[in-house]
Amino acid sequence: MASGTRRSGLGWLWLPLVLCAAFLYLPILVLVVMSFNGGGSAYSWDGFSLRWYDELLHDDVLLESVVTSLGIAAGATVIATVLGTLLAVGLARHTRSRLLEAAAMAPAILPDLVLAIGLLSFFYAAGIPKSAGTVLLAHAAFGTAFVVAVVRSRLAGSDAALEEASRDLGAGALSTFVLITLPSIAPAVVAGALLVFTLSLDEFVIAYFTAGPTTKTLPITVYSMVRTGVTPEINALATVLVVVSVVVVVVAARAIRPKEKS
Amino acid sequence: MTTLLEVQEVSRSFGDVRALDDVSLSIAENEFFALLGPSGCGKTTLLRSIAGFEHPDSGAVLLGGADLLALPPNKRPVNLMFQSYALFPHLSVAANIAYGLKRERLAKAEIAQRVAEVLDTVGLGAMAERRPAQLSGGQRQRVALARAIVKRPRLLLLDEPLSALDRKVRAEMQLELKRLQHEVGITFVVVTHDQEEAMSMADRIAVLAAGRVQQVATPLELYRQPANLFVADFIGTSNLLPGPGDGEHLVVRPEAVRLVAPGEGRLEGTVADTQFQGGTSSVAVDVPGRERPFLVTLPGATEAVRGTSVGLAWEDAVVVREGLA
Repeated sequence: MASGTRRSGLGWLWLPLVLCAAFLYLPILVLVVMSFNGGGSAYSWDGFSLRWYDELLHDDVLLESVVTSLGIAAGATVIATVLGTLLAVGLARHTRSRLLEAAAMAPAILPDLVLAIGLLSFFYAAGIPKSAGTVLLAHAAFGTAFVVAVVRSRLAGSDAALEEASRDLGAGALSTFVLITLPSIAPAVVAGALLVFTLSLDEFVIAYFTAGPTTKTLPITVYSMVRTGVTPEINALATVLVVVSVVVVVVAARAIRPKEKS
Repeated sequence: MTTLLEVQEVSRSFGDVRALDDVSLSIAENEFFALLGPSGCGKTTLLRSIAGFEHPDSGAVLLGGADLLALPPNKRPVNLMFQSYALFPHLSVAANIAYGLKRERLAKAEIAQRVAEVLDTVGLGAMAERRPAQLSGGQRQRVALARAIVKRPRLLLLDEPLSALDRKVRAEMQLELKRLQHEVGITFVVVTHDQEEAMSMADRIAVLAAGRVQQVATPLELYRQPANLFVADFIGTSNLLPGPGDGEHLVVRPEAVRLVAPGEGRLEGTVADTQFQGGTSSVAVDVPGRERPFLVTLPGATEAVRGTSVGLAWEDAVVVREGLA
């Protein structure tokens, strides 16, 4: 991703590479720069200032929605990771049904809107009042599909004989899962969990449909703020999110790497 | 010899394919037994049925008189060495070997002692803390073997144990496996498609084809008295001739043939190729009307010259019937 290093082997291809990188990262760069804007506009520069970070820190509505979203994301991640991992193992080792597999992964491919309307109708039909809890369940539902997809592909590449060897050496089904299967799919489980967490954190459509009247997730709050005009405060918030996600991804990548050796 | 394993009329089908068709075998205590056959003959299905990873549709498998099929794989006093070795990549060599003993909830000191002993037996004492990825193919195979025998099973199953090794290591490991089997006193059942491997290691061999046992015999018997055409063709090198009766074939082993003057033998041909192999010589003779050259093995050097006419004579030949058992 280092667009500045022009390797001799790259030839003229460095040009599209730089253009692609610019296309991807320039908007983020602008966003970060403008978050330090001293003026009130998110579009015109008016001197360096940390003013909007200060405002952000004292914006109770926004902070509350961050807490709500983190809670929903954490809950959905736990449910989706546990269910998705078990489902993936079941699909990989105990059935040859392609239909079941497709059904398990469908929520990841279906348009969010379809899922959102479906979940809304379901909660309504089941008489479950909409709240932060229903958003959490909704995110767990589509998150499970993502975990299944990630863990399932890891299992496809792992040797089923390892589990048989464990059984052969006297381990029961549960010990085999904990001692052999889980360590071999751990990187995929972690990756799946991270994916669900980040997807849930900025998910808008499904949350908008399934949230209670007083439930304000971060994207919903930001959306209502943007409707009355973009302030650099939004930029400051986005910058914080960028930094947090980069840190999380780097830490996770480091945690996973040593186990990848095999 | 007391019988250890009794396979009784075991059948297993996958869809329309009969992987095992009424297979019966009995394997004696301390025997080195081989299941030999081409791929798809059912040998691996039989092995996996004994280990507990396949379930026969019918029949019984008894170990020391007790029903084996009723037990799940983790409760069977049988261990399997997998073709891929299936070493746990996230565990060290020592932890791989200790895995099965920990499942028996043995005392730590006993586990440590038995792991050290078995590492010594397979000559990997210095490798205890390595990961499987840091070992050579031959070393991995020894770890897989150590992991299985450390459990002191009554029966050790080995699935194509040498197939993943290169030629030189394979020859070494053949001897090694035989030595180990004597040393640890465990009954070995080896699955292989390599007849040379089976012949050189096993006390007795069951030849399988199309899910059925074709013949169970010592290597020598298989070679000298093949039960049918399939066994004759599969074991060793043979020259097959049609007759004498309908559906019968004559099996003439290369070393039973002598080269004589043209007109004095049972067949006539032209020498196509000669190879001097030190102790013996191989001569390939083109016989009119035969697709494959007639192979002759002679002691010492040979005076046969390529392109000359020779007669082929033999006294010993075996008559076998076509078709499978």
